[in-house]
Amino acid sequence: MTSPREQIERYLRRLADWRGDELTFMEVCGTHTVSAARSGLHSLLPRSIRLISGPGCPVCVTPVSYVDHALALSKLPEVTIVTFGDLVRVPGSSANGPEKAPPSLAWAKARGADVKVVYSPLDALELARELKDRQVVFLSVGFETTTPVIAAALQQAIDSGIENFSLLTANKTIIQPLLALGTSSEIKIHGFLCPGHVSVVIGSNAYRSLAEIHGIPCAIAGFEPLEMVRAIVALTEQVSQNHPRVDNCYRAAVRPEGNSKALEVMFKLFEPCDSVWRGIGEISDSGLKLRAEYRKYDAAQRFKVELPPVLEPLGCRCGDVLRGVISPSRCGLFGKSCTPDSPKGACMVSSEGSCAAYYQFRQEDGK
Amino acid sequence: MCLAIPMRVISVDGNLGRVEASGALLTVALDLVEGVQPGDYLLVHAGFAIARMDADEAQENLDIIKRLTESPEP
Repeated sequence: MTSPREQIERYLRRLADWRGDELTFMEVCGTHTVSAARSGLHSLLPRSIRLISGPGCPVCVTPVSYVDHALALSKLPEVTIVTFGDLVRVPGSSANGPEKAPPSLAWAKARGADVKVVYSPLDALELARELKDRQVVFLSVGFETTTPVIAAALQQAIDSGIENFSLLTANKTIIQPLLALGTSSEIKIHGFLCPGHVSVVIGSNAYRSLAEIHGIPCAIAGFEPLEMVRAIVALTEQVSQNHPRVDNCYRAAVRPEGNSKALEVMFKLFEPCDSVWRGIGEISDSGLKLRAEYRKYDAAQRFKVELPPVLEPLGCRCGDVLRGVISPSRCGLFGKSCTPDSPKGACMVSSEGSCAAYYQFRQEDGK
Repeated sequence: MCLAIPMRVISVDGNLGRVEASGALLTVALDLVEGVQPGDYLLVHAGFAIARMDADEAQENLDIIKRLTESPEP
């Protein structure tokens, strides 16, 4: 049996045969960003094939106003904020204000706010069970991989009559931003390397309109370098055959119809809404919010707080990075005033952010 | 953030499954998958199984990960 390295080399030789125009493919998954950066995949591809990162890191596309909202809630004496780890270091708005230290949730925690990091929303539910006199607010961010998990946890809370549990939601869906980017005049994208685990839930059929109506090649990829290269070969073939379609290169887990049980619980509790993407702006129907009948579990409804005016960090170009318009090193802050130890923008905070991945693995600019 | 890991089911108790990968044991919620049996492979994300994986392909996936981990750096 051929080794993975031999297989990768074989695929790379096929890519090297590409004689057409320069191709730009976009991956839209933080895990792809990290896998590609760690393996040096960009430098292995021929010069005529470029792989860029898109808005696939949920923390990176969460607007500053959401962090401000979480910070405001963390000041309420009865509230315990519970979150996935990546979000705690994202600076809120007044980072540009008189305070020198950027106010992140980690900053608030150091000053006495009750902020806890968990692996699963079930851990947040467990905290609500234990801390009966506290209001547990779970920071509900993520794409379709994570939203069903949060919905299932909320369903468990409802079934168990746990009332001191609520969600601050900023959940997002993947198809709408792909459509916005794929049809944008700002940058020409020749195909999408579609996120493997979002696709587990939404299914490969979810991308068909992108490919069949809008003519944008799609290939769903797993997370090993071999699996990503295989998907890049699939995209290149679609371009050369002038036949945009959806190639499912992650068949071990992705079915055409997705995970119907996960979709069912997600859409039972959540419904589509317009949503603001950091650096991109508002995209119609690209978010998920709690349905009216579950609104009492919405922390934004349960607690009324004053929010500061939104201020993006000065000079930060996370938005251009998220749209694939520039590579991270083109930002004036990159590696200077913005580093993983002292991040200004969300793309440097999250380990899955393009800037953090570029910084850690020292990618060359322009590839 | 959408990281998910293939894990093998050891036992099932109601909506909870005991799963294993590379010697690590975990209890995961089975609310989002159906008909889980011991020996199945599940894709685990944030404390929940989000899919049942084809056993052969899951094993192939784990083998690739293992070989890549073991192969010397170029």
